[in-house]
Amino acid sequence: MDSFIVISVVKAVVVFGALLTALAYLQWVERKVIAHIQVRPGPYRVGPHGLLQPVADIVKLITKEDLSPPFVNKTLYLAAPFLAMTLALMSICVIPFGPAIRVGGVQTWMQLTDLNIGVLFVLAVSSIGVYGIALAGWSSNNKYALLGSLRSSAQMISYELPLSLAIASPLLLSNTLSLRLLVDSQAGGAWRWNALRGPFPQIFAFVIFLIAAFAECNRVPFDLPEAENELVAGFHTEYSSMKFASFFMSEYANMITVSCMATLLFLGGWDAPWPARYGSSLVPTVLLAGAGLMALYHGIHPWRRRDRYSLPAAGAVFLLAAAVFLLPAVQSWLMPLFWFGAKVGSILFAFMWVRGTLPRLRYDQLMGFAWKYLFPAAMLNLLLTGFLVAWGS
Amino acid sequence: MPKSYADVYFPVVVQAVLAMAMAAGLLAVSRLLGKRVRDRIKDTPYESGITPIGDARERFSVKFYLVGMLFILFDIEAIFLYPWVVIFREPGMAKLAFVEMLVFVILILSGFFYIWRKGALDWSGADRPRRKP
Repeated sequence: MDSFIVISVVKAVVVFGALLTALAYLQWVERKVIAHIQVRPGPYRVGPHGLLQPVADIVKLITKEDLSPPFVNKTLYLAAPFLAMTLALMSICVIPFGPAIRVGGVQTWMQLTDLNIGVLFVLAVSSIGVYGIALAGWSSNNKYALLGSLRSSAQMISYELPLSLAIASPLLLSNTLSLRLLVDSQAGGAWRWNALRGPFPQIFAFVIFLIAAFAECNRVPFDLPEAENELVAGFHTEYSSMKFASFFMSEYANMITVSCMATLLFLGGWDAPWPARYGSSLVPTVLLAGAGLMALYHGIHPWRRRDRYSLPAAGAVFLLAAAVFLLPAVQSWLMPLFWFGAKVGSILFAFMWVRGTLPRLRYDQLMGFAWKYLFPAAMLNLLLTGFLVAWGS
Repeated sequence: MPKSYADVYFPVVVQAVLAMAMAAGLLAVSRLLGKRVRDRIKDTPYESGITPIGDARERFSVKFYLVGMLFILFDIEAIFLYPWVVIFREPGMAKLAFVEMLVFVILILSGFFYIWRKGALDWSGADRPRRKP
């Protein structure tokens, strides 16, 4: 029993640290991706290719002036960023990253805990997250903040409906609410994933889920709460320093959670797209070695002077990582992590890609789209899935 | 491997404590490190440089209230679907369960189309049928 407590705490600390690092660097990746879409270099000054930018940002934000204006409702004004950040960091504890592994003679899951109601837990925690935004806007006692938080709350609860219906239809194929059993039911290759498998592939549910998830995270093209040309900054207009940053942290943490959920529900979690005996375990090595060779080539023919040192160093790191993936000792736990990370990463990239591509919607279009198109479409998809599961198989 | 109910929920508690400590710690550190300078203008709500008139505690559009109410109605229905999908494939269950849920969903959807026709889903009011005075 004691060892169980120690293992749980160690796992929680490791996952928490990984999540915070991912949050910090997600911001860097997003700025880089948006920058390259707009044909500019993005963060470049702090460290090689701006790699230390997140550290600089955190130091800057912590040492900024921490205003708490006299006209706000003090308790709720302080509770709102705390609530938003706490809840956003909570839901990672039910996400499974891989199968059971052995570390030093101890058998353990690559997951903090496997609740039998994991899907409901994530849904519940993410919908309490609305309170952070609603309270922030109301307690600020600022007209822009109030309008932003009203818009945001209405938008988030409207898109919650198609989201929960889109989650229900892949569950019809898997028949469980435990996230671990959900992945187990999709094991064996891409044609067994819920997005593709019979009797009715859940590709429509996947698309509906992604659209609703964009709206839940207040991301472009649904970022009406932060429409800066009409609402300044929306619900966090009166917030400064770390209180301001905590809303961004929670937004990025929610993005990660939602991407993990999409991976687990529709894309088979940590399962490789085709079995290892046809070479799926070579994919990371090939990808990383290719990236390493490319970096070495560009290091030999540099565009800028500093690339002569930074790119070969990056190439060496990539080649080393490629070699690590070939070791049989680590493959059993590194491979599931790679596939899980690759799927979550592609969905996160889609978030950034869409942000670089689409303009913002008008508010009445946004609400109409949720109620008049997404909700009936998700309902129809669910009924069709139920019909085909009952009679088709 | 955890067995009892308490074992399964213990990591959730650990995670909650970590998350709360992190959030509280960051907010406290920034409060300690940041210097504070106050003046009269800084203590007014930010409204793009225009002097604020009144405060923000005003009435807001009833449409937000309507959306909240509709959400509660339809979200309860969505939660009813979750136990249904879990037991759906149990032997001899699927066809009966589907027909039962179809009846439930048709009842809910008739309510949905009623509020649609009534114009509760039109945010701007532009496509609402005009009545003669």
